[in-house]
Amino acid sequence: MSDLSEIISRNEDAIRAEWIRDMSMSVQRTDLISKTELDEQCRALLTAIVAGAKSSEVADVSSAAWKVAREILQEISASRARQGFSPREVATFVLSLKQPLFTAIRKDLAKSQEKVFEAVWSATELLESLALFTTEVYTVTREELISRQQQELLELSTPVVKLWDGILALPIIGTLDSARTQVVMENLLQTVVATNSKYAIIDITGVPTVDTLVAQHLLKTITAARLMGAECIISGVRPQIAQTIVHLGINLEDVITKAKLSDAFALALDKSGRMVTRKSGAAGAATNAMLPGPINKREG
Amino acid sequence: MERIPVLRMGSLLLITIQVDMHDKLAMQLQDDVTQRISDWGSTGVLIDISSLEIVDSFIGRMLANIAGMSRVLGAETVVVGMQPAVAITLVELGMSLPGVRTALSVEAGMELLYGAGAGFKTGRDDDPAEA
Repeated sequence: MSDLSEIISRNEDAIRAEWIRDMSMSVQRTDLISKTELDEQCRALLTAIVAGAKSSEVADVSSAAWKVAREILQEISASRARQGFSPREVATFVLSLKQPLFTAIRKDLAKSQEKVFEAVWSATELLESLALFTTEVYTVTREELISRQQQELLELSTPVVKLWDGILALPIIGTLDSARTQVVMENLLQTVVATNSKYAIIDITGVPTVDTLVAQHLLKTITAARLMGAECIISGVRPQIAQTIVHLGINLEDVITKAKLSDAFALALDKSGRMVTRKSGAAGAATNAMLPGPINKREG
Repeated sequence: MERIPVLRMGSLLLITIQVDMHDKLAMQLQDDVTQRISDWGSTGVLIDISSLEIVDSFIGRMLANIAGMSRVLGAETVVVGMQPAVAITLVELGMSLPGVRTALSVEAGMELLYGAGAGFKTGRDDDPAEA
């Protein structure tokens, strides 16, 4: 069916002009895309449609003849998904081609009613499959974007910091779910190996609630670290969380827990046989009060 | 026959697992370890699994078994150098190896064993603290 391709190529300029005008009437996003760029995209797509319509399989946009058109649409759709166009605006880009195309068909095939109907039908079918394809690409791109952001968020939120030679801290911010626990666990264990650290402090100040599931995830991480030969200390247990843990009957008996990160750090220093002393003669009671607990202070 | 060597180092036994474990090898190792402990009167067993990359419940149980047997014979067991992936797998399998002591490296494991059982410490010969 090459009628369609002939009609399009004969009226290409008129169709494009009307198309762009229609589009700018329904959706105008001059903030996201420039006029010349839009014009360029329309020109490229129309040329590709003419090439595709010349083939025998007009309606089958998955065939080889439509490869160029598909690639152009893919590029347009993906770039628009990233730019922040709404799905409606992306679909409208293709669907607004309908009216100018129908106008051209009516003008060219005015003599035969039968032929007009036939051409309109194949044009409709074609544009719909192209629009569906565009929407599909749009969705896929958005999904990729979302999953990448999720991944980035995961990495952002679980840093492992080295406090001292052989002492690591892992401040957890946000709720611990299975996926996050996996990342946290892997991060921690890799760093334990890389830095040869014997003590790891897991700080849960930023964890809003601790339920049985979160506790189970924490215990898993601690057990894995223990299997490798590192000892874990939980710190940052808030009063409410301590109450919840006891009320829920969670068994944290085998785990060392401390209220503050500084307490846990002091304990880790003590366990690794270190002590913090005040420099003799140095003024400042603040440093003296910094590490409470088992650290022996030598008064200067 | 393929066999995992059990080395003697003073009062310790040193075992490095570098090949894939299978039933026969594990049984043989259990035999060897228990025999050596009673022969040489070893007080500590150090198992280095740093080159073990794949682990299953069978190997997990084997490690726990060896630790249990050694304890009965009066020797402490330390497993050293477990890879992160191996540790995660064991935890997911529900095997936390409660009776086994662990250390990050062979060096740390030795320190643990010497400190625990043999009654003397590692360190430089000229270390004044040692005298």
